[in-house]
Amino acid sequence: MNETLIRVEGIAKKFTGRDGTDTTVFENLHFGIQPGEFVCLIGHSGCGKTTILNILSGLEQASAGYVFVGGREVNGPSLDRAVIFQSHALMPWLTVMGNIAFAVSSRWPEWSADKVAAHAQKYIDLVNLTGSEKKRPAELSGGMKQRVGIARALSIQPKMLLMDEPFSALDALTRGVLQEEVLRICAETRQTVFMITHDVDEAILLADKIILMTNGPHAKIAEIVVNTMPRSRTRHDLHKHPHYYRIRNHLIDFLVDRSKLFAAVSAEFDPRHPPLVSPGLDESDGADAGARSQTGGTPPLAAVR
Amino acid sequence: MKSLLNWKAPALSLAMFLLLIGIWHALTLPKAAPPPADTEYAALIGAAAAAGQKSAFPSPADVGAKIWQHLQEPFYDRGPNDKGIGIQLAYSIARVLAGYLLAALVAVPVGFLIGMSPTVYRALDPYIQVLKPISPLAWMPLALFTLKDSSVSAIFVIFICSLWPMLINTAFGVASVRREWLNVARTLEVGPMRTAFRVILPAAAPTIMTGMRISIGIAWLVIVAAEMLVGGTGIGYFVWNEWNNLSITNILTAILAIGLVGMLLDLMLAKLTRLVTFPE
Repeated sequence: MNETLIRVEGIAKKFTGRDGTDTTVFENLHFGIQPGEFVCLIGHSGCGKTTILNILSGLEQASAGYVFVGGREVNGPSLDRAVIFQSHALMPWLTVMGNIAFAVSSRWPEWSADKVAAHAQKYIDLVNLTGSEKKRPAELSGGMKQRVGIARALSIQPKMLLMDEPFSALDALTRGVLQEEVLRICAETRQTVFMITHDVDEAILLADKIILMTNGPHAKIAEIVVNTMPRSRTRHDLHKHPHYYRIRNHLIDFLVDRSKLFAAVSAEFDPRHPPLVSPGLDESDGADAGARSQTGGTPPLAAVR
Repeated sequence: MKSLLNWKAPALSLAMFLLLIGIWHALTLPKAAPPPADTEYAALIGAAAAAGQKSAFPSPADVGAKIWQHLQEPFYDRGPNDKGIGIQLAYSIARVLAGYLLAALVAVPVGFLIGMSPTVYRALDPYIQVLKPISPLAWMPLALFTLKDSSVSAIFVIFICSLWPMLINTAFGVASVRREWLNVARTLEVGPMRTAFRVILPAAAPTIMTGMRISIGIAWLVIVAAEMLVGGTGIGYFVWNEWNNLSITNILTAILAIGLVGMLLDLMLAKLTRLVTFPE
């Protein structure tokens, strides 16, 4: 565990309401992220997913607990951890190049303008936006805006990329294309990523580990699902792999039923070491899932999207 | 179809203009003279009186001739009470710009501070609320007493009236910069000065410019009244001087000029606002 890049120890978030009563959104969360790992966090709305990401980025303070990055405690935002915002958060008065150059010159203030532009150009090319450098965000489609957001985050060469439902505002086709781009870029750059999503298929496609959160308030990490499928997976052959439906059914089972009931069965549950499960390797569960899919048991739409 | 629509509105404007001029012309036509009671008396008081009553209010033709005369020679200067309308407008514009720019120099930085700090906002809010509704002309005696110069006092009045919209809009624009842009700056570890100039200022610029546009409108309204009080030069003084001369044609010409200059100032600010506004 020495090589752990991010170590989260017992973080909690409480809000004090207007009547003075405390609401605990989540508490006692423990998990770690290894370098080069892609970790997704799945949970229903209201379990504090975005708050967790904001605490990891340093934009928000946890009410309790600590976050360590490379052995040092997080006490504010840092260039080590780049954030890709759900709403892309591009500055409309800057061009594509300007938005990325702003980040680059913040990272390396001593660089000359030429060097900054050359570096920014490299990342514009990486996200396939070559030719749109001089456009302003208003002239770009939603998918292109999010590409700029990704290029801006990667251009500062962070140790860690934090993504807050980056594709949820996009249409299905654009989302698919961008997911593959992220997969390609992460394979190229060996980037460590922590991503929030509520899209089960997105998590299975992208993540090495999927953290499952129970419903809030008092949300916890129920278990961490290991994605046992090979990293070379693509959107097209994903569903042909034998592990796919086992993992998918496991996740959907959790989101539909177990995320609500979790509190009742947590007698032997140790929040410091949430169970690490590999449903992809579970033969019996797979058979069960196969039988279910033959009887036409389609998963609820809300969870599949 | 589109070109027809483009053409309709100006045509309607022109029709309304002609209608108004026509009514004005009809109302100022010389009245037919009543038959003289005594032809001998009529001959004694002169042909003009005998020919009938000419309206005291000038006809459109009189005003048109006056405008033409002013356009021929807008910048003549024949002593303190006889200057061209161009010179008078130039005096007024210079005063407005001086007061307005001074106000911008104060309002934008102070507004920035108020917008950035809720504490400063709450501390200054009572002063702003009390000072804002005071008519700028109410400051005039105080300004004359302390500054001891009528021209500087007029500039001060312009300063005080254009201060508030700029101050309030700057504070509002700065305070309502989108949280996520600030978060981007924070995650990039951008320093406070760089955040202020590279993120907050461009984000708040459209709101600040709107405040500046409101201010220039108010400043142009107030300068006429201020110059009527302080006298000497300026378009406001010109209007009052022509009222003393009972030259309605000159007053009408000045009113038209005031409107046109005000429109031009507003157009300039509107153009500047568009330059700093970017759709998302």
